[in-house]
Amino acid sequence: MPDAMEVSFVVNAGAVQVTTHPMARLLDVLRTTLHLTGTKEGCGEGECGACGVLLDGRLVNSCLVPIGQVNGSSVTTIEGVASGEQLHAVQQAFIDCGGAQCGICTPGMVLAAAALLDLNPSPSLDQIRIGLAGNLCRCTGYMRIFEAVVTAMRIKPAS
Amino acid sequence: MPPVPAIGRAIPRREGVAKVTGRARYVDDLSLPGMLHGLTVRSPVPRGIIRAVHYGAGVPWDEITVVTAADIPGRNVVALILDDQPYLAADRINHAEEPILLLAHADKQLLEEARRLVTFDIEPLPAVFTLDDALSGAPIIWGENNLFKSYFVGRGDVDAAFADAPIVVEGVYETGAQEQLYIEPNGMLAVAGDASGVTVWGSMQCPYYIHKAIAGLFAMPLERIRVVQMETGGGFGGKEEYPSIIAGHAALLAWKSGRPVKMIYDRAEDMVATTKRHPSRTRHRTAVSRDGTLLGMDIDFMIDGGAYCTLSPVVLSRGTIHASGPYFCPNIRIRGRAVATNLPPHGAFRGFGAPQSIFALERHMDRVAAAIGLQPDELRRRNFIRPGQVSAVGQVMADRVDMDAILDRALDMADYHQKRTRFAAANVAAGRTRKGIGFATFMHGAGFTGSGEDHLASIVSVEATADGTVRVLSASTEIGQGTNTIFSQIAADALGVDVEAIEIAQPDTAVVPNSGPTVASRTCMVVGKLLETACRNLRAALTDSGHLASDGDLRQACRAYVRERGPLRASAHYQPNEAARWDDERYQGDAYGSYAWAAYVAEVTVDLVTFETRIDDFVAVQEVGRVIHPVLATGQIEGGVAQAIGWALYEDVVWREGRMANSQMTNYIMPTSVDLPPIRVHFEEVPYQHGPAGAKGIGELPMDGPAPAIANAIAHATGVDVRRVPFTPEMLAHLVEAAGA
Repeated sequence: MPDAMEVSFVVNAGAVQVTTHPMARLLDVLRTTLHLTGTKEGCGEGECGACGVLLDGRLVNSCLVPIGQVNGSSVTTIEGVASGEQLHAVQQAFIDCGGAQCGICTPGMVLAAAALLDLNPSPSLDQIRIGLAGNLCRCTGYMRIFEAVVTAMRIKPAS
Repeated sequence: MPPVPAIGRAIPRREGVAKVTGRARYVDDLSLPGMLHGLTVRSPVPRGIIRAVHYGAGVPWDEITVVTAADIPGRNVVALILDDQPYLAADRINHAEEPILLLAHADKQLLEEARRLVTFDIEPLPAVFTLDDALSGAPIIWGENNLFKSYFVGRGDVDAAFADAPIVVEGVYETGAQEQLYIEPNGMLAVAGDASGVTVWGSMQCPYYIHKAIAGLFAMPLERIRVVQMETGGGFGGKEEYPSIIAGHAALLAWKSGRPVKMIYDRAEDMVATTKRHPSRTRHRTAVSRDGTLLGMDIDFMIDGGAYCTLSPVVLSRGTIHASGPYFCPNIRIRGRAVATNLPPHGAFRGFGAPQSIFALERHMDRVAAAIGLQPDELRRRNFIRPGQVSAVGQVMADRVDMDAILDRALDMADYHQKRTRFAAANVAAGRTRKGIGFATFMHGAGFTGSGEDHLASIVSVEATADGTVRVLSASTEIGQGTNTIFSQIAADALGVDVEAIEIAQPDTAVVPNSGPTVASRTCMVVGKLLETACRNLRAALTDSGHLASDGDLRQACRAYVRERGPLRASAHYQPNEAARWDDERYQGDAYGSYAWAAYVAEVTVDLVTFETRIDDFVAVQEVGRVIHPVLATGQIEGGVAQAIGWALYEDVVWREGRMANSQMTNYIMPTSVDLPPIRVHFEEVPYQHGPAGAKGIGELPMDGPAPAIANAIAHATGVDVRRVPFTPEMLAHLVEAAGA
C-alpha cells in the first residue's frame, strides 16, 4: 500500500483533493485537513454515530471509512445541510422540539434523520427508532428527537 | 409595552442554531499554531511502588516532551476536599491506570508509539477491590482504617422501636458502578509560560475548580491563571472534578514544551481512567406496625470511593441524607461510610449518592409492604412525610409537600391499579413472557448540602453594554441542560426585556465571577435566583441614575447610561437564608433549601427464555416548583430517566484486577433509540419562594427513581426478589432458576 495517495471527492457540493495515506480516516481528513469540525468523534469504533456523514447519500460512520474508498464520491457533512442561513427542516425541528441538548451527537443525529426522511418521507415511530439506532444520545432519552423527526416530516422540506 | 414574559414558554435554545449546524466549538475543534498533542502514560497495575522507568528505543525521544512528577513546579496534589491525590504518581501506585508521566509531540502517531515504548519496573503490593476487604483492613491502603468518611445521623430511640416491633423486615441491596458516558470525551487545550501564566480551554462543568487546582499545581497566583469553558458535550458529573487533572496535565506539558498542548482522551481512556458512579451496598432493618406505620429504620449505607478521597465524603453525605426517602419515621438511625479500594476514584455522577440509597429504600419498601400484606402504594401513603414533620436529619418540612397527590397522578397516568391486577392474573398462565408494573416515590434536595451554599458564597453579575443588551456574567456552564436559555429567560423577565436583549458570556475566569460549580441541581434554583437579583439591582441602578423611567425602555436606558457614564455592572452575592439552621458537627438541621418530589412508574415485560427486561411504558410525575422552560425541563426528565434505565438494565462495569475490562461502547451498553419506552412526563407546579420565579432544582431528580421502579416491576412480573443494580439477564436467570428449584 502506498504511503500517500491523491484522493478526489466532493464535499458539500465543492470539489476537493487531498494527498494522504489511503487508510486515513475520513473523519480525520474532514476535521483536520478540511477544517470541517462539525463532524464529531465520540468513540472511534462505529458505535456512537457522532461522526455520521452522508457518503453518496447514505449514512456512514466517518471514523470507519478509509479515505481511499472515498475517491470519486460525494460527502455531505453537517456544514452542508443548511442552505446558507436557511436551516433544513430537520435542523429547525431539532431546535423547536428540544432535540439538541449538549449538541455533540446532534450533527450525526441531524444527518441520520435527514437520510431517514430522504429514504422514507413518512416513517412510523418504529421506523424512526430503527433509523436512528446507530446514533447514541446521552442527554435527551431520544423522545424530543423522535418528536423533531415527526415535526420535520410534516414540514415541507426546504429543498 | 412590556414584552411577553419568557418564563414558562419554550423559547428556542440560545445556542441551538450553532449546535444543529455544526458551528458550535468544542475543545477538540480548536487548534493553535505550533500546537502539540499530549498523552498520559498510566499504571499497568493497581498498587505498587515504582522502581524504574524505561524509555525504549524506536522514537526520537529528544523531540518528545516528557513530564514526570519531578517536573511539577508547585504541589503535586489535585486540590479538592483532601489533598491526597497526586497529579502524577511519583513512587506509589494506588490504582490501575493512575497517571505516571506525560508525553507531548506534534505527531499523534509517533506519540502512540512512544507510549508503547515506556515501561515500568513496579514492585507490586497487595490491593483491595471490594467493600468487605476494605472494611476488614486487609491490607490498609488509605489512612488508618480505609475509611474516607463516616456519618451517623438519626433521631428517636431506634433500639427501643425494634425491641417492641411486631414486624421487622431486613434486606441488603447493592448497586454497581456506572460510567457517565457523555458523548464528547474529556479534553483540554493549554498554553503556559513563566511570562504568560496558564490558560486552559476545555470541556468542563466547573471552571473555578480547575482555576484553584492549577494555582496549586504551578504555585502561581490565581490572577495569572485563566480557565475558559468551551461548548461541552455532556457532563452528568463526569466533568465536575476530573477535568482539573486533565487541565493540569495539559498545562504541565505546555509549560515544559513552551508550546500549546491539546490533550483529548479517546473513549477507551475516558472510560478506563476517569470517574464513575460509586458502587454501593445498603443494609435495611425496618420495624413496622401491622397496619404499616414505620416504627424504626436502621440503615447502613456504604459506598466504594476508589483509591483517593476526591468527592466521596459529599457523595456519601447526600446518599446518607436521602437514605430514608420521603417518609416520616420517629426513630431513624443511618450510618454512612465511604471506603477506600484500589479502583480508580469514583466521583460525581447525577444524583450523587442518592440514586444508590433510594434504590435500596424503594425496593425495600415493596418488600416491607409484602411482608405485612399491604399494597405498595398503601404502605407509602401511611408514611409519607407531611408539612411540619421532621426528616432523619431533623429538617422540619416547611414548604408544601403533597406526595399523595403526586403518587395519585402517577398511578392514574400509568393505569397502575388496573394493570397490577390484570398482569398478576395473566402471569399465572404459562407462557414465555411475564408482565409487571412497579413504582418508586422519592425526593431530591437541590443545591449544596447544609451550609454548603454559605461557604460557596456565589456571585453573579450582569452588565449593561453600549448597544443596550445586558450580558450575564456567571461561571455556570451550559453542558446541554439549558443554562444559557433559562438564564436568558430569568434575566429577561427580571429586567422587563425580550430574551434577544440578553447575552450570556462564555464562562471564562478572566471575565466572569465565581457563581460556584455547575452541579447539585443548583444552577437554576441557586444561581438563577442570584441572576434574578442582579438584574433587579441593575434595573434599580438605572432607575436611581434617572436613565430609566417606570415605563421606560431598558435597552435605551442601558445605551444612554454607558454613553454618558461608562460601564454599568450589578451583582448579587449569595445571602444565607436566615431561617435555615445547619449544624455541621452533629449533621443536623436544614439539609437542603428545597426538595423536588416525585413518583415514577415502570411497566415491564420479562422474557423467561432470554431473561431480557423490556420497559413498555414509563410515567414520571414530579413537583419541581415553577417550570421555567417546559421543553427543556421535560428533556431533563426524559434524559435522566433514560440514563437511569441504562443503569438499571444494561450498564455493567466489569472489573478485572481493579481495572474496567469493558471500556468500549461495544461492550459497555447504553440505551439506544430502540431500547427505551415512551417516557411520559408530568409536572405538578408549586412555586418555591426562594427560587427564581418559583423554580427549584431538577437535573438530578430523574436519576433516582427508575431503578427501584423497574426492580419492583420485575418482582411483580416474575416473583423474584431483585436486589442488585443492574438487572442483567444473567442475574435474572439465576434468580428465576433459584426460585424454581
